[in-house]
Amino acid sequence: MLKFCMRIFSLFALSASVVFFIFNSAFAGKPTKVGFVYLTTPGDHGWTYAHELGKQMVEKRFGNDVKVSVVENVPEGPDATRVIRELAKQGNEIIFTTSFGYMEPTLKVAKEFPNVKFEHITGYKRSKNVATGNIRFYEGRYIQGVVAGLMTKTNKIGYIGAYPIAEVIMGINSFAQGLRSVNKDASISVIWANTWYDPVKEADAAKVHIAEGADILAQHTDSPAMLQIAEKKGALGFGQSTDMSAFAPKAQLFASINNWGPYYIRKIEELKSGKWNTGDGPNHWAGNDWGGLKAEMLLISKFQNMPDSVAKKAQEALDGLKSGKINIFAGPLVDNTGKEIIPAGKSLDDGALWGMNYYLKGVNGKVPG
Amino acid sequence: MDALILTIIATSIPLLLAATGELITEKSGVLNLGVEGMMLSGAVGALGAVLWLGSPYFGIIAGGLCGVLMASIFSIFTINFMTNQVATGLGLTIFATGLTGLAGAPLVGKTVPSLPKIEIFLLSDIPFFGEILFKQDFIAYLSVAIIIFITYFLKYSKSGIVLRAVGDDHQSAHSVGYPVKKIRWYATCFGGMCAGIGGAYIPLVLTPHWSEGMTAGRGWIALALVVFASWIPWRIIVGALIFGGITIAQLVGQARGWPIPSQILSMMPYLATIVALTVISGRISKSNSVVPASLGKPFFDTQ
Repeated sequence: MLKFCMRIFSLFALSASVVFFIFNSAFAGKPTKVGFVYLTTPGDHGWTYAHELGKQMVEKRFGNDVKVSVVENVPEGPDATRVIRELAKQGNEIIFTTSFGYMEPTLKVAKEFPNVKFEHITGYKRSKNVATGNIRFYEGRYIQGVVAGLMTKTNKIGYIGAYPIAEVIMGINSFAQGLRSVNKDASISVIWANTWYDPVKEADAAKVHIAEGADILAQHTDSPAMLQIAEKKGALGFGQSTDMSAFAPKAQLFASINNWGPYYIRKIEELKSGKWNTGDGPNHWAGNDWGGLKAEMLLISKFQNMPDSVAKKAQEALDGLKSGKINIFAGPLVDNTGKEIIPAGKSLDDGALWGMNYYLKGVNGKVPG
Repeated sequence: MDALILTIIATSIPLLLAATGELITEKSGVLNLGVEGMMLSGAVGALGAVLWLGSPYFGIIAGGLCGVLMASIFSIFTINFMTNQVATGLGLTIFATGLTGLAGAPLVGKTVPSLPKIEIFLLSDIPFFGEILFKQDFIAYLSVAIIIFITYFLKYSKSGIVLRAVGDDHQSAHSVGYPVKKIRWYATCFGGMCAGIGGAYIPLVLTPHWSEGMTAGRGWIALALVVFASWIPWRIIVGALIFGGITIAQLVGQARGWPIPSQILSMMPYLATIVALTVISGRISKSNSVVPASLGKPFFDTQ
């Protein structure tokens, strides 16, 4: 009898394991196919490199459960449409298009492939199967402003912007708010490079800022050229998108690091569990996901090349932003011509941030165009 | 002020070198549109050499050699196989952009020591001028030496006159017994060397790191400069300084808040090139051409 029971039990165990095996291979064995479209290559050591790190986090987290395809160096425009369509055809279930200029191509292809999910990074147009994601880059700028205000001796801050668009302008204004929270005498002058990426021009702009008396530099362009010039000329500055201290060990005060990994992982998990959505939530302006320091989509690297007292203030600003104690764009706000933007007691909402076409107090000159 | 002038000079040097090389290439009748590609390969070669061998001076040699290598590829196709020069030149740039991206991948994120400044004894002590003219790096002095050399070479040396003859009428040059193909090979390789060193200047002096496509269109500006200078060497210095000067001026204008839109200033160098082109075509109609007559035409030596 005991023998019989044993036999039955082992048969049961065997069949259960077979069933489990079949079940397992049917689900886990078929990896989710994920596509990425990059504007440049990870070799830019900036924007695309940050996305590459995010992709690597996805691969590490899911292992064999995902199959990732990447297309690098995709120009914004008709070429992008072709590449995105090709990725959709190859059976990718979710496709991340990682530059603002892919907005229209992504929407176009999304219409042709209603069953594929698309994630457009930094865009504002969505559809049934196109979601958007972005980072509150400006939060890092506020801390930069605090540090700059405490570290500057000449009270002149040099800022290098790519294009005068809302995204960049809100960064400058956020920097100005941080700056003026600790130092009312300092001011920011802005040079527009009119390019996201041209190391020589970025370096030239940095040299001009220093020649004009700036001792702290900040940038909203992609290469480490500015920090290298700062290093050479004895000025200080902030890293962009990734930690650039390898290029400027004596000049980098800290870097704002774009951390896309957790976002990618969450969206893929949502897809796997059937919960993926484009959620037209309250953060409508920047997309359904506009995460910053609190969501850990924006990270701050080690505070360095500054006295402990400054690092402490910077940490306070960081904590304040995370906890929501600091509201960067709280009224009363006046622009640099003295015009009131918002009275005391109110603060700018996300929509107002994306409509910024003015400089706040603390910034010199006016927005071109 | 002198800091700004130094910046202008530094920003002009890659343009100056690349344009000078291209001038010699074009004087021999070869139009090489691959300057951008040759500059990129010079940049990646230079940085690789410095990381490997340690001294920035090896970077200059490596940059020049990489430029020559690219120019040789171009020469094989256009001079020996007589392919279309415009298409091959564009192809070279596209090829080099990809190749340097691949070759440069392990160099990403690394930084190298810059080329040291060389102070010329006594002269560097002259106030103002000493600072801007006699405290430069080796490539800056080299580029001036090259300009002086090719001015003399094209005007007074026999080889220079032969080079111009080949560029103006390759059939006649061939029929009096000059080796047209060989001369064009040399001229194209010289152009490659200069472009390579010009490209090397970017990671060696301006921004000591490698990132893909870091020349960002300077090769194309160099091509425009040759036309702007109407194939006369000393005018390249003027042209390069104007290009550099306007680039810096628009940055300074922004930092100081001048009321001129930066886009208008950015446009100026190109406007100047168009004006130069117009003036040149005006001169051509007076049958006093400065453009090498055989420019861009393939040479068939069987005729």
